[in-house]
Amino acid sequence: MKRVKAAFLIGLGMTLALPTLAAPDQAEIERGHKVYDKWCFPCHGTGSGKPGTDSLAARGQKPAVLEERTDLTAPMIKTFVRHGVLFMPMFRKTEISDADLDAIAAYLTRNNKP
Amino acid sequence: MRVPPGVTPQDFSDAVKQWQEALGQPWVFTSDEDVDLYRDSYSPFWHEDLEPIPSAAIAPDRVEQVQAAVKIANTYKIPLWTISTGKNLGYGGSAPLLSGSVVLDLKRMDRVLEVNDKNHYALVEPGVSYFDLYRYIQDRGLKVWIDVPDPGWGSLIGNALDRGGGYTPLRDHFDAHCGMEVVLANGEIVRTGMGALPGSLTWQQYRYGFGPYVDGIFSQSNFGVVTKMGFWLLPEPEGFKSGTVLVPRHDDLVPLVETLNYLMNSNLVQGTTTIGSPLLMSRAARSASGGGSALVMSPGGPSVEELEKIGRDQNLAYWNCEMSFYGPPKVVEAQWEYAKQKYSAIAGATFIDGETYKLPFDLKDPDKLPKRQFGIPSLTIFGMMGRSEGHMWFSPIIPMTGEAVFQAQKVFGQAYHDMGVPAISQIFVFPSSFFPRSFVILCGFPIYHDVEKNKKSREVFKGLVKAAAEHGWGEYRTHTAFMDTVSDVYSYNNHSLRRFHETIKDAVDPNGILSPGRCGVWPKRMRKAEA
Repeated sequence: MKRVKAAFLIGLGMTLALPTLAAPDQAEIERGHKVYDKWCFPCHGTGSGKPGTDSLAARGQKPAVLEERTDLTAPMIKTFVRHGVLFMPMFRKTEISDADLDAIAAYLTRNNKP
Repeated sequence: MRVPPGVTPQDFSDAVKQWQEALGQPWVFTSDEDVDLYRDSYSPFWHEDLEPIPSAAIAPDRVEQVQAAVKIANTYKIPLWTISTGKNLGYGGSAPLLSGSVVLDLKRMDRVLEVNDKNHYALVEPGVSYFDLYRYIQDRGLKVWIDVPDPGWGSLIGNALDRGGGYTPLRDHFDAHCGMEVVLANGEIVRTGMGALPGSLTWQQYRYGFGPYVDGIFSQSNFGVVTKMGFWLLPEPEGFKSGTVLVPRHDDLVPLVETLNYLMNSNLVQGTTTIGSPLLMSRAARSASGGGSALVMSPGGPSVEELEKIGRDQNLAYWNCEMSFYGPPKVVEAQWEYAKQKYSAIAGATFIDGETYKLPFDLKDPDKLPKRQFGIPSLTIFGMMGRSEGHMWFSPIIPMTGEAVFQAQKVFGQAYHDMGVPAISQIFVFPSSFFPRSFVILCGFPIYHDVEKNKKSREVFKGLVKAAAEHGWGEYRTHTAFMDTVSDVYSYNNHSLRRFHETIKDAVDPNGILSPGRCGVWPKRMRKAEA
């Protein structure tokens, strides 16, 4: 396995062409919000001392807070979580299960335009 | 499917089936996709054959499953590598030292079993992170504080067993523990201290129990799998204050540290203190030092006199030290006043009064608080990692004296110079009192997905271990890649301590299945003959 290269970070600013998927239901989004708050917010949230947000801001990603993005895709999110990037480590399935990861993806893509 | 060293494919296949029966099929990971998640995200061996790769991972949910998992491993002599949350990044992460080991992942055991805010303790399982325990306490409004290391996602048990440190009066995490539950290699459960007494009511209140005190042998070791651990917590204080002393000259560090020792060892200053240097961190001093950190004194760099002149010209103190005080507001104010009085014996000493917090009122906006000093977990530390793809820490203990700091500046400056590495390439943390009565110096080596850079970093790391040992300094913990290297320098009386560790290892884990090689302790069947 090769880890995601730093250059792939640029991918956060790109919208990947994907087949249309069924929209997740509200319960899945709400569950994803909770999982996100536990696992992602400490690094990617708002407020001071959030190195993931700061790192994305330093690279010109707008908005740098993941919850405010409307261009993230589920495959992109899953790739970063399972492979890591720069100082973000990969996350194991005992930390974030596949079902939890689906829920995070549902939450972070909730505002995407069809 | 990968196979552990010294194990036949048939035996491994049989063991996997038995683990699946004992733990449930979803919690036995054997596909490359799943097992690769246990590689060290910050490995200094990326893209090299030397990188230790696990063969599988198993994740029990409760102590009975740990017992079953260990017994199965013992039957087939399969090496296990135990992790709690696997977030020991910079020291090896979740990856084993011995390639092919099966990772015993305890993350699912994440229960907070008890928090008592009358006697101020907690009892937790290995998968409980600092974030988890903090949230548990906040959700219930309990009047206790935890102590946190820099990254809040680590395990209380894992960090304490690796003898990590934090920032409050309970910053020495192993020292703050009280009572353990341990599964031995044969699957038997042992409870230490008062836990050995059935029905004991003081397991988390009195450490020692009766008879030999054995808790220490389960830290930085491979003698058992710790499945529960108690920790003393800090009663929520009524106030907090910080204060900083600044001194103008190089040699002022000697009385500065002497005074700090007196104040800390008298319990008047509590919590971690870090020696800083407004001068050495200034643009002018860094420029004079070739653009890098001026903490180390590299040959050919500016002299002390030249640096002092920069300090005088720019009105910059050579050294400073910020201190923390915990207690009722009147008490912390009085402690700070007394500290200032003691430091005033140093000519030219000046002071910065930090903010005084009255608690719990001032806790309402955690973002505005000094989180580490308040036991609030975060991941802020990763903001200093820049564009690197990880890091590893060189972390020697040196005496808590100004003279030792001066010597370390020269020794490590010379070592970098001799190895042809500019000090600018390293992350330095100034000497800190993470543990009582000594300083730790932290040098962070950035990790990249660049084989040659990482090879050079490993070479330099080993060179620093050697240089430190030649001056009487040793690492307090280390990355798995250097556990043998560091163990080798703890060599008094022909490695008598390591041989003692090996004697214990052979007695309690005769098949050598638990975390082979951890901190230089190898089981008999994998041991190299002593020179």
